[in-house]
Amino acid sequence: MIELRWYIWLSLIVFTIGMLGFLTRRNLIIIFMSVELMLNAVNINLVAMSHYMQDMRGQMLTLFVIAVAAAEAAIGLAILIALFRTKAAGHVDEVTELRG
Amino acid sequence: MAYPVLSTVIFLPVVGALILLLMGRRQELAIKWFSLIFTVLTFVVSLPLFLNFDKTRSDMQFVEVFEWIPAWNIKYYLGVDGISVLFVLLSALLGPLCVLISWHSIKDKIKEFYIALLLIEAAMIGVFSALDFFLFYVFWEAMLIPMYLIIGVWGGPRRIYSAIKFFLYTLAGSVLMLVGIIVLYFNGGHTFDILSLMSQKFPYKLQLILFWAFFAAFAVKVPMWPVHTWLPDAHTEAPTAGSVILAGILIKMGAYGFLRFSLPLFPDATKAMAPVMLTLSIIAIIYGGLICLVQSDLKRLIAYSSVSHMGFVTLGIFALNQQGLEGGILQMINHGIVTGALFLLVGVIYDRSHSREISHYGGVATVLPVYAGFFMVFTLASIGLPGLNGFIGEFLIILGGFKASRLAGALAATGIIIGAAYMLWLYQRVFFEEVNPHIKGYKDMDLREIITLAPLVVLVVWIGVYPNTFLSFMHESVKQLVIKLQ
Amino acid sequence: MRYYALIPFLPLLGFLINIIFGRGLLKHRAHWISVPVVGLSMVLGLMTVREVISGNVINEDLYSWVISGDFKVSVGFLIDQLTAVMLVVVTVVSFLVHVYSIGYMHGDPGFYRFFAYLNLFTFSMLMLIMSNNFLQLYFGWEAVGLCSYLLIGYWYQKKSASDAGKKAFIVNRFGDFGFGLGVILIFLTFGTLHYAPVFGSVSSIAGKTVVLFGYEIDLITLIALLLFCGAIGKSAQIPLHVWLPDAMEGPTPVSALIHAATMVTAGVFMVARCNPIFNLSEIALTVVAVTGAVTALFAATIGLVQNDIKRIIAYSTISQLGYMFLACGVGAYGAGIFHLYTHAFFKALLFLGAGSVMHAMAGELDIWKMGGLKNKMRITYVTMLLASLSISGIPGFAGFFSKDEILYQTYLKGDLGKVLWLMGTVTALLTAFYSFRIISVAFHGRFRGSHPEEHHLHESPPVMTIPLVLLAIGAVAAGWVGIPPLIGEAIGLHGAWFYEFLSPVVGHPSEEGSHSVELMVMTLSIIAGIAGIILAFYLYRGDAERAKALLKRPFLKKIHTVLWNKYYVDEFYHLIVVRPALWTARTVIEAVTDIGIIEAIVNGVPKTIGRFSERLRAIQTGLVNHYAIFMVGAMFFILAFILMVK
Repeated sequence: MIELRWYIWLSLIVFTIGMLGFLTRRNLIIIFMSVELMLNAVNINLVAMSHYMQDMRGQMLTLFVIAVAAAEAAIGLAILIALFRTKAAGHVDEVTELRG
Repeated sequence: MAYPVLSTVIFLPVVGALILLLMGRRQELAIKWFSLIFTVLTFVVSLPLFLNFDKTRSDMQFVEVFEWIPAWNIKYYLGVDGISVLFVLLSALLGPLCVLISWHSIKDKIKEFYIALLLIEAAMIGVFSALDFFLFYVFWEAMLIPMYLIIGVWGGPRRIYSAIKFFLYTLAGSVLMLVGIIVLYFNGGHTFDILSLMSQKFPYKLQLILFWAFFAAFAVKVPMWPVHTWLPDAHTEAPTAGSVILAGILIKMGAYGFLRFSLPLFPDATKAMAPVMLTLSIIAIIYGGLICLVQSDLKRLIAYSSVSHMGFVTLGIFALNQQGLEGGILQMINHGIVTGALFLLVGVIYDRSHSREISHYGGVATVLPVYAGFFMVFTLASIGLPGLNGFIGEFLIILGGFKASRLAGALAATGIIIGAAYMLWLYQRVFFEEVNPHIKGYKDMDLREIITLAPLVVLVVWIGVYPNTFLSFMHESVKQLVIKLQ
Repeated sequence: MRYYALIPFLPLLGFLINIIFGRGLLKHRAHWISVPVVGLSMVLGLMTVREVISGNVINEDLYSWVISGDFKVSVGFLIDQLTAVMLVVVTVVSFLVHVYSIGYMHGDPGFYRFFAYLNLFTFSMLMLIMSNNFLQLYFGWEAVGLCSYLLIGYWYQKKSASDAGKKAFIVNRFGDFGFGLGVILIFLTFGTLHYAPVFGSVSSIAGKTVVLFGYEIDLITLIALLLFCGAIGKSAQIPLHVWLPDAMEGPTPVSALIHAATMVTAGVFMVARCNPIFNLSEIALTVVAVTGAVTALFAATIGLVQNDIKRIIAYSTISQLGYMFLACGVGAYGAGIFHLYTHAFFKALLFLGAGSVMHAMAGELDIWKMGGLKNKMRITYVTMLLASLSISGIPGFAGFFSKDEILYQTYLKGDLGKVLWLMGTVTALLTAFYSFRIISVAFHGRFRGSHPEEHHLHESPPVMTIPLVLLAIGAVAAGWVGIPPLIGEAIGLHGAWFYEFLSPVVGHPSEEGSHSVELMVMTLSIIAGIAGIILAFYLYRGDAERAKALLKRPFLKKIHTVLWNKYYVDEFYHLIVVRPALWTARTVIEAVTDIGIIEAIVNGVPKTIGRFSERLRAIQTGLVNHYAIFMVGAMFFILAFILMVK
């Protein structure tokens, strides 16, 4: 039986990797992957907690997160392709259309 | 349950608007006729309110109640009493007139215009018949959107500025009222039911705060001095039908709000604040009148005259006695008819000249005699000539005002001098003297325009000669209100 | 409903028919409707008067007009002796003027409109005099004002005419302001607006006071003075007399009917009607008397020097109205109404005569361009002469009896009465002078216009001259119903019938005089009248060289300038009312308050918010990395916050 804190540590490490990647990389695809990492870190956390507390709500929420993540990835990739087509841009700092 | 008159009156225009949505935008004539038929039909189905209203009762009639959102105790609750019934009828009457006057003057996005017009009519009638605060607020705000579009899309050159100003001004006031409604909900036993809230007595401090919260919304709508500055811009830039609705109905909602909510819900605060309200009313009467003397724009002048006339209305309301209140209500109807008609008339000449400048005209009576005759009738009604409707209202208001405070009554009476001065001067500059070369060759009013204005002439004389037809609607309800205020 | 209700409503019917069908169907045939309806209402009116003479007073409500709480007012009719006198004046003069207008207005493009307005006026005036309550009186009061406005500005293409109409209405509104407040105060005091209960209980409030702006004021005096405000406006007394001379811009029949015989006398009628109220207030009566006497003298002096024939007669009207108020003010209401009644005939005649002259002279108004008309226009001349003799107070003519009674009653009224009497007698001299100045300059001497104009001169058609003749009969004989007892005894007639007839409504004057005093007053006023006539003929004989010589003297020239400019009252009002009002409106209200303060705040709030947002937008770089750092930073911040609070 693996203790709960190992899951939390794992989740924390995955989350940190994701966050650092999210903050430091310029390539959009990598940023997306980093976001996925963070989401999955949360999922790990949720499932572990759910199991530990014997409460199914955590796992339910995980399913929601997965669904949202899938949708987000779909839209994100679509935007990415659109950007690539119109501006041939793969890096985030090349896109500043929303500058106020 | 009896036949739901009020719901029919409210939703008939909505149904009309929905059907209009489905019509092709090229079928312009069909759209116009269709809107006309629906507005006339709405007026016809509202007639039972006039004919079957029991004048001996002071409570709500034609009541309809359904649960709407039970979780928050929100109901679909409609009904009219002697205070509101006439406004429902006036709204229904002005509907067809607005369609008729826009017949040729709206050339662009015709379908959308008439949809907006129909929706606005539904919302107006809803405001006057809602007895649930939530429902009331929905209608209250629902009015804003089509009006905003009517000013902003079909208005004059400065329409964008005016539309935004109108929207933000009124919204800013309404938001405070919304807060007030929510406070009432929590302090009045978790209900939005206006009648059950009215039967409760709130502590004085709370009354005072809520009075001012509601005041913000109503004062802007009336508009009372000093929050009146949206009115000249909105009136001036709106297309004719928009001005008519603004002057005829929309600004009545503020005064109606005072009558329906502020007075019965917060009687103690109202009594305490009456001197302030009287003062503001007097300022509005004189200020609005004087500023009319120096306007060079026809619609702007009439808009400012509304400020002055609505000053009379609020004066009557806050005189807090039978004559003042009845005079105030009657004057609201009168003002709706007369100022509505004046805007219709300005629209008639604007369709020919596309100018609102007074100096553009002169000698119109020579070129358009029938038009001059109609304008004269409403000018006289506006300056309170006995025998026409304006007099009855103003006289009762000044009488009520005099009862409440001699000074207020006397000062208000100066308003009738100023009123005569600016209206007759306007009339002289537009209609008399030499014919201005600009207006040569204009056609006099055609049958459509005469039909648009004739009903209003009939009402002006009817109310002036036999006001009891209309005053008798109010007696019982106003009596109850006065008792509550004692 | 009895037939008398038709008296006002027949002319109303005529108005409606004319205004709806006049432009399309009737056109130049408008009088086919208008004249018969007024004629019929005259017949009905005279029938009613006969009934009143036989002792029937009618007081009946038609329907309830306004009901609101304890405020209840009906539309109803009160036909008593006072109303009967007014009925005679209004219906007869109105009918004659209608007939006259057929000829005078012939060919005018607005023919139907003119008759419609005249009908409306007759209706309004009848509603005013037949009313049995104050609100209906107010209705008639304002409605005749409207007709006056419409008819003064009848030739609206002329700026001066439309200005004059507007001025009349607005100046009258100043008076009505007080009148309206008076009516309201009556309601608040008595709880009703109907004459009978108000006058019945009026003595119970004698001596009551009311606090107004910190002063304690006698209630009944306040009511009386407020009502009198209305009379000042409508009857063109100082200080609201300025509209009447300008009102001469209207067609001449209008001046005769509205601005001489009927509407302007409504103020006198109202004061007489409210005599129970006025009688209880010494102050109010004094104000009425002094206003009347001062106006009489003041207007007569202006009338001396004017050149416009209608304006001279207009000032004469103001002056004669002053006499009527003087009579009311000394409590001799009967004499005031009597003068109203005789004045209606001779003044309407003067105006219609002037109209006849204008008709012959293509609208010329300047008496100096006339001259020698008596040979070309015999009927006009003779009737004008009779009217002038009547107004000058020559014994036997109508004006003599009424004016004499007023002066006599004034003389009896203590010390102040003596002063007012002196003013009245001087006015009588001036009246005779300016009336015969017209006769002398316009009708005697030689014609001063061009040859074609002289050739054009002609007597007016019978449709115009017959009313002149009928009015002339009135101007001579109308006074015989009120012969003073002094003369009555001498010639074996029952004197003072008129005063006896009116006494149930207006009572008797309080002072009793002696025959010797009456004889003295009478003699002096006759002397004044004759002196005025002789002076006028003396100064204005031929080409008026004597008058012109007099004006060469510097002192008289200065006085002439002041009088010619009507004491600069119009200019004064322009300076203290019109200009300050416009200045306040334009500068204080519009520019400073509305735009400078309110709009500045209204537009200032969104502008301030906008400026703040302008700064904030710098954060929005558009770089995703920056947003990400903000997100993470905010997350840590919130986490830290939660942990710290815990």
